Amino acid sequence: MKRVRKFPTHIAVFLAPAVLIYTVFMIYPMLSSLWLSLLNRIPGGGTGFVGLQNYVTLLTSEHWAPRFWNAFRNNVVFFVIHMLVQNPVALALAVMLNSRIRAAAVYRTIIFTPAVLSVVLAGFAWRMVLNPVWGISYTILDFFGLGDLDRPWLGLEETALVTLSLISVWQNVGIPMVLFLAALVRIPDELLEAARVDGANAWQVFRHVQLPLIMPSLAIVAVLTFVGNFNAFDLIYATQGSLAGPNFSTDIMGTFFFRTFFGFQLQPGDPHMGAAVAGMMFLIILTGVLLYLFGWQRRMERIEY
Amino acid sequence: MKRWTAVLAALVVALVVSTAAFAQTRLVIESWRNDDLLIWQNVIIPAFRKHHPDIEVVFAPTPPAEYNAVLSSKLAAGTAGDLITCRPFDVSLELYKQGHLVPLNDLPGIENFSDLAKAAWSTDDGSVVFCVPMASVIHGFIYNKDIFDMLGLEEPRTEAEFLAVLERIRTQSRFTPLVMGTADQWEAATMGYQNIGPNYWKGEEGRLGLINGTARYNEGGFLAAFEALARWRPYLPRGYQAIRYSDAQNLFAQGTGAIYPAGSWDISVFRAMVGDAFEMGAFPPPLPEGATQCYISDHIDIGIGVNAASPNREAALKFLEWVTSQEFAEIYANVLPGFFPLSNHPVEIKDPLAREFLSWRESCQVTIRTAYHILSRGTPNNELDLWNASAQVLNGTMTPKQAADMVQRNLESWYAPQQRR
Repeated sequence: MKRVRKFPTHIAVFLAPAVLIYTVFMIYPMLSSLWLSLLNRIPGGGTGFVGLQNYVTLLTSEHWAPRFWNAFRNNVVFFVIHMLVQNPVALALAVMLNSRIRAAAVYRTIIFTPAVLSVVLAGFAWRMVLNPVWGISYTILDFFGLGDLDRPWLGLEETALVTLSLISVWQNVGIPMVLFLAALVRIPDELLEAARVDGANAWQVFRHVQLPLIMPSLAIVAVLTFVGNFNAFDLIYATQGSLAGPNFSTDIMGTFFFRTFFGFQLQPGDPHMGAAVAGMMFLIILTGVLLYLFGWQRRMERIEY
Repeated sequence: MKRWTAVLAALVVALVVSTAAFAQTRLVIESWRNDDLLIWQNVIIPAFRKHHPDIEVVFAPTPPAEYNAVLSSKLAAGTAGDLITCRPFDVSLELYKQGHLVPLNDLPGIENFSDLAKAAWSTDDGSVVFCVPMASVIHGFIYNKDIFDMLGLEEPRTEAEFLAVLERIRTQSRFTPLVMGTADQWEAATMGYQNIGPNYWKGEEGRLGLINGTARYNEGGFLAAFEALARWRPYLPRGYQAIRYSDAQNLFAQGTGAIYPAGSWDISVFRAMVGDAFEMGAFPPPLPEGATQCYISDHIDIGIGVNAASPNREAALKFLEWVTSQEFAEIYANVLPGFFPLSNHPVEIKDPLAREFLSWRESCQVTIRTAYHILSRGTPNNELDLWNASAQVLNGTMTPKQAADMVQRNLESWYAPQQRR
């Protein structure tokens, strides 16, 4: 005999608030923005559907394409610097803090503090530090007889982007550090002791016991860095303005989007091209996250202690 | 118990009565002049309320660089204030075309302005005026008289004299000869290129030449102006590539620099910052080799209009009518020295530095910045190209020729009159 199962009403009831809020505040705006990117002013007046024309313009036109690829390239550099500096430094700090040094809690708090500062504050503070007029970077270098090495770091095309990336690293390094630390703390002492009994030195313990066990955290941090960097906007806007100078050398996807969508000075805003830039940002981030989900996460082993 | 009820009732009555007393029209002014907030609150608005005590006015500025973006989003969303401070030419024309500004042809007092002043806020055929002109700003150089006296220098009249003065300050003192940075980019174009440029492209002749396609950015006076700008490089402060507008203002106000490429609006800022610390003088942009006629940038800069969606249109128009009056012109010109009124009322300006700037109108021919009228209607934006090009010329990352070619190429890419050759 076949028994008809009752519809699980309680599941729908419990899911409803989250689904509702997520739909209204996340899914709907996103779809609406993507829709906006498919419209533009059409000949004969008014706004109409133009298909993927905005994207074609963005990627191929003589005016838009160089700006877009410039922003994309700068964003890649921004991301690579975070991966090469922020995450290894965070890992090193986490391992050190995990090794029972004195006053570990104090260091942890100090290193984490910049992450809770407002970006505007951090950007302003660094702008003052590096300012050629009032800043202390010249004073410090000059004290060591290296005054000639001082540069207007934020004003030169070849140094501005790297400088801003490092400011962002300084501000955010505490977050991956805490995530790594949490993973390291969870590793049972028996495993580490067993390795030491077998004659492993500190490096070998790290390389062959700790590192493999915190691999999932490393992967998560890499993805978070990727998403965060390709969505970044605030630090560049706070220190360089939305023109992202000098000569667009610090222009990343976020500032490019802002300038396009809202306009700047005499350049009027263009919501349709702006939405197309946002659409490309979404596509880039989606591609990166999917690569991670299918390329990496599925192959990773889950270890239960 | 009964007593408390009585007290409560009294309070409610008092509240209702007081609300009724305050039930007056409230006007909100959108503006980018956040530096002037206190002056509006303490001087200009109280002066207006003497005539119209029933109208309350709130000055609500946005930072200059964000103003256009914020204003257009607010207008689109229907949350903008009743009175709109108008940027000159294309930006406001676009707002009028979108139906956000009220035509003001019938406003009493609008006849007090010259056609040139009204041109900045009229349709291309001149049939509709949509903002009341408020003020223009003049470019030139402000200098530290104490340093000039100490080194025995005189105001330079030609470019050669100007460079000689700069060279003497550089070699004979530890003062910065020319105080300007390029980090914000607009100073390089506005206080640099558009400041000295009119002397090279002969003011209106050159500007109108660009508009009808007979002049080009990469030849003649427009190229020469970029070349003249490049000659400033050795005299700028250390690390000028990262020095912002406010840094430069502070450097000059603290007396560490000799000459400051200025907009006349800097006068009120310096009056507050410098005080009596040193005496300031001003000279107009120096003449190029062989030139006798001088040209200055007397840029029509600020107007004010009425938001078409405002529920208080009648009160807003009363405010604009007051803006056209002699009283407003006098107050505005003297509380904000360096903003010169555009109306035909005879106004006495008390600040000597502002009077000096204004006196150049008598001997020099005036023009406005080249990219504001018509040339900023396309993509890439001509004004932003000029910012980038001027900053790069001063940073040494582009030669004057490369910069001029870039600006010209981008303008030609969409502006038909420039494509004819």
